[in-house]
Amino acid sequence: MKRTTLKIFALSALAASGLFAAQANAAEPMPVVASFSILGDLVKVVGGERVAVTTLARPNADAHEFTPSPEHAKAVLGAKLFVVNGLSFEPWAQKLAQSAGYKGETVVASKGVQPRQMAAEAGYPNDTSHAESDPHAWQNPLNGVQYVNNIAAGLAKADPSGAAIYQANAAAYAQQLKDFDAQAKTQFDAITPAKRKVITSHDAFGYLAARYGITMLAPEGVSTDSEPSAKHVAQLIRQIKREKIKAVFMENMSNPKLIEQLSKDAGVSVGATLYSDALSETSGPAPTYLKMMQHNVTQLVSGMRLN
Amino acid sequence: MSTTLQTLWDVTVGPFAEFAFMRRALVATLALAISAAPLGVFLTLRRMSLLGDALSHAVLPGVAVGFMLAGLSLPAMALGGVVAGLLVAGIAGVVSRATALKEDASLAAMYLLALALGVTLISRQGSQLDLLHILFGSALGVDEQGLLLVAGVASVSVLALAALYRGLVLETFDPVFLAASAASSGGRPWVWQQSFLMLVVVNLVAGFQTLGTLMAVGLMMLPAVSARLWHDSLAAQLLNASAQAAVAGVAGLLLSYHFDTPSGPTIIGCAGVLYLVSLLVSPGGWLPQTLKRPHRVG
Repeated sequence: MKRTTLKIFALSALAASGLFAAQANAAEPMPVVASFSILGDLVKVVGGERVAVTTLARPNADAHEFTPSPEHAKAVLGAKLFVVNGLSFEPWAQKLAQSAGYKGETVVASKGVQPRQMAAEAGYPNDTSHAESDPHAWQNPLNGVQYVNNIAAGLAKADPSGAAIYQANAAAYAQQLKDFDAQAKTQFDAITPAKRKVITSHDAFGYLAARYGITMLAPEGVSTDSEPSAKHVAQLIRQIKREKIKAVFMENMSNPKLIEQLSKDAGVSVGATLYSDALSETSGPAPTYLKMMQHNVTQLVSGMRLN
Repeated sequence: MSTTLQTLWDVTVGPFAEFAFMRRALVATLALAISAAPLGVFLTLRRMSLLGDALSHAVLPGVAVGFMLAGLSLPAMALGGVVAGLLVAGIAGVVSRATALKEDASLAAMYLLALALGVTLISRQGSQLDLLHILFGSALGVDEQGLLLVAGVASVSVLALAALYRGLVLETFDPVFLAASAASSGGRPWVWQQSFLMLVVVNLVAGFQTLGTLMAVGLMMLPAVSARLWHDSLAAQLLNASAQAAVAGVAGLLLSYHFDTPSGPTIIGCAGVLYLVSLLVSPGGWLPQTLKRPHRVG
């Protein structure tokens, strides 16, 4: 629905700038490659009809552990612009661009975002093993604004004739994100800070938590392949019982067993699935970035109300 | 005195009494210790110590087929894994019988083929999900199903090992004699080998799914290797291996609880410490061998 308003906005911007007739039958759309599904969606939003986006890590796929194929290298080589997240989220992307012999521009979508450190949070200050910056910056919608601005600037550089359109699209989308952020803020503020506590299976919601004052407790580290200690799991169970936390969530790509068992032992039931690093398929609850953020916030709010 | 006892209780029994996940991890580990460690002893005797590692890759095509047919369903993926593991081990066994290749060489060839097939199937599917990461469990995430699976497999495999014992020992130490006596009595010597491999595969896949690769392979092989250093008699080796695996499991879980270390690696680390101690002080280890040497020369 919001997409349609956006399109109308974009179209009117096109018509207003007098480019519409010229662009409608202009050359091929510009090929752009995005490293993972969320960036792919943002590029589509900003680029509209003028770009053809190829997304490397598909919906529901773990972009941390993505293995590119020759098909992907070909897509990168044929692209005019390569959009990556940065903050060491996709270590394979630079290697891929190099081995494919990609000579074009690379946009780091998280450029200018204030990075968050992973360590010393969620009540486990002795956990210094993740003292690196958290790459999941898009989980704060205001960082999403920064993302679309960076993407718009990158697209404008690669395709100067469309600069005005990219700017307009980015501005319209940024407004939607800000509106969404304001809504989310009111919803979270209605819940007392002591009750804003949730358990998730994957420590990827740091930016979201920092923005809305939520305490996130996770039995695993930031990377999906670390294994928790018995002490950590025991502390979590005690904390869930002591603070009567009812909001337990799974995340769309990790092993569900640990969090299922943990919540069973603590006597709570697992709530809906949250989306952190990848969108869902188009039929799922989080097919676009904005829908993903809305889905996550709705689920978190209704979960916290039970606390 | 009573406070010392109380502390001892808190340190050793308390964690298991308070937390169900600790109890489940303990039971799953002990079940694996009883059934897998003796199988490991036979594997070391047959020079197939690396079978476990090979199988952890060999299950991939089966897991991929299970995923293609039934989506993200753990039972389907696990069943596919068992079938793939059985096929790889079975074909490797047949090849080693029928050709000049030794069992380990034919196994290496088969598991690499299986791994390549699995990776191809998964990328054809277009999904970049790490299927093995989703399927393979961890020591602290043992659920009721997993517990039943490991305990069931352990019970069946202990009974089966008892039934197979005689033939398996003969087949391991003197396959020529077994083949000759089987030929005269009309028996089938390959039955022992194939049933044994089947037991190993089922134990490993149950272990992968419930406790993870490292735990399953580690508890099967490390205690078995150190048990070899302590005894010459096979029966004693089997018991010793199970006992070491059980001790490592209990100690590892407690250490992981008290010192905030990841459980699976800690348990295997404890088995490793037992192995190092065995290397040094066991009858077959370094110290006694060094001390004994002059007598042997004389």
